Amino acid sequence: MDLINEPWPWYIAGPLIGLFIPLLLVIGNKSFGISSSFKHICAACLPVKKIEFFNYNWKDYSWNIVLVFGVLLGALITGFLVDLNYDIAISEETKNALSTIGISNFSGFIPSDIFSWDNLTLKSFTLLIGGGFLVGFGTRYANGCTSGHAIMGLSLLSIGSLIAVIGFFIGGLLMTHILFPYIF
Amino acid sequence: MKNIKFLILGAFFGIILVKSEVVSWFRIQEMFRFQSFHMFGIIGSAVVIGAISILIIKKLNIKSIKGETINPTAKPFQKSNLIGGIIFGLGWALIGACPGPLYALIGAGNTIYILPIIGAFLGVLIYGLFKNKLPH
Repeated sequence: MDLINEPWPWYIAGPLIGLFIPLLLVIGNKSFGISSSFKHICAACLPVKKIEFFNYNWKDYSWNIVLVFGVLLGALITGFLVDLNYDIAISEETKNALSTIGISNFSGFIPSDIFSWDNLTLKSFTLLIGGGFLVGFGTRYANGCTSGHAIMGLSLLSIGSLIAVIGFFIGGLLMTHILFPYIF
Repeated sequence: MKNIKFLILGAFFGIILVKSEVVSWFRIQEMFRFQSFHMFGIIGSAVVIGAISILIIKKLNIKSIKGETINPTAKPFQKSNLIGGIIFGLGWALIGACPGPLYALIGAGNTIYILPIIGAFLGVLIYGLFKNKLPH
C-alpha cells in the first residue's frame, strides 16, 4: 500500500485518531476537542470581554488554539507533498444520488459545482455562512463536536456524549434526506 | 514554546484528516446516506482505541509527563447535548465538515471554506450573547 499517494483506509486512520486521546492526556493532561477553539479564538481576538461567556483567561487554553493551527498546517504540508485534486472514490450509489442534485464534479474535497469562488452566488454564500453558523452555534450549545463528543466522550462512555452524537446524526440525516431536495 | 508539542500533534491530526478523506464533503454525504463503512469505521475504531487507552491509563495509574494524575472526566449530561447536537448535525451535513476538517480544508487550499469558518465564529458569538436565555 502506498501511504504517501493513496488515501488511507479506515483501519489505519481510525486507530491513529484514537491514539490522540492518550497522547494528549500523557503529554499535556488535556482532553481531546476541537470546537472549543472557536470560543477561545473569539476570546483572544475580539473585544468580547463584556460578554460573560467569553470573560475568562483564554491563555489557559492557548494549547487548543495552537492545536487547531497545527491541524491547518498539517493539511497545508500534505497539500505540498501530494496532489489533493483527485477524483474521490466514493460509492457509486452516493455519486448517483448527488448527480440528481446537480453534482457531477467529484474532484477535490468539496463539490465545486455548488461551493466554489467561481460559482459563488447569493445562495451558495448564504449556505456556506449559514452551515458554518450551525456548526459553530450547535457545537457550543451541545458542548462539543465530533472530536470532543463522538471520539473523546464516547471513549469515556459518557451518556451525554452518546446523546449528542445521536443528535449529530438526527441533524445530519434530516439535512441530507429531508432538506437537501428543497435546498438544491 | 511550551505549546510546540500541541502544534506538532495538531499537524499530525491535520495530515490524518486529509489522507483519510475525513475532510471530504463527499465522504460525509456517503456517511449520512449509509453507503460506505469508511466514516463509521474511522469513528468506531478511534473510539475503541481511545476507550482502551483510557482504561489502561486509569488501571496502570499512568501519569502525565509532568507527573500529574490523569483523570479525564466526562462532560455533564444536559438537554442541550441533543438540541445543540441536532443543530450541529444540520450544519455538518450541509457544509460536509465538522470543526477539525474546517481548519484542515483551509490548509488544504479550499479557501472558499473561509466562509463557513466566519459563519462558525458568528455562531459562537451569537451563542455567547444568548447563552443565558437558551434552555440547557
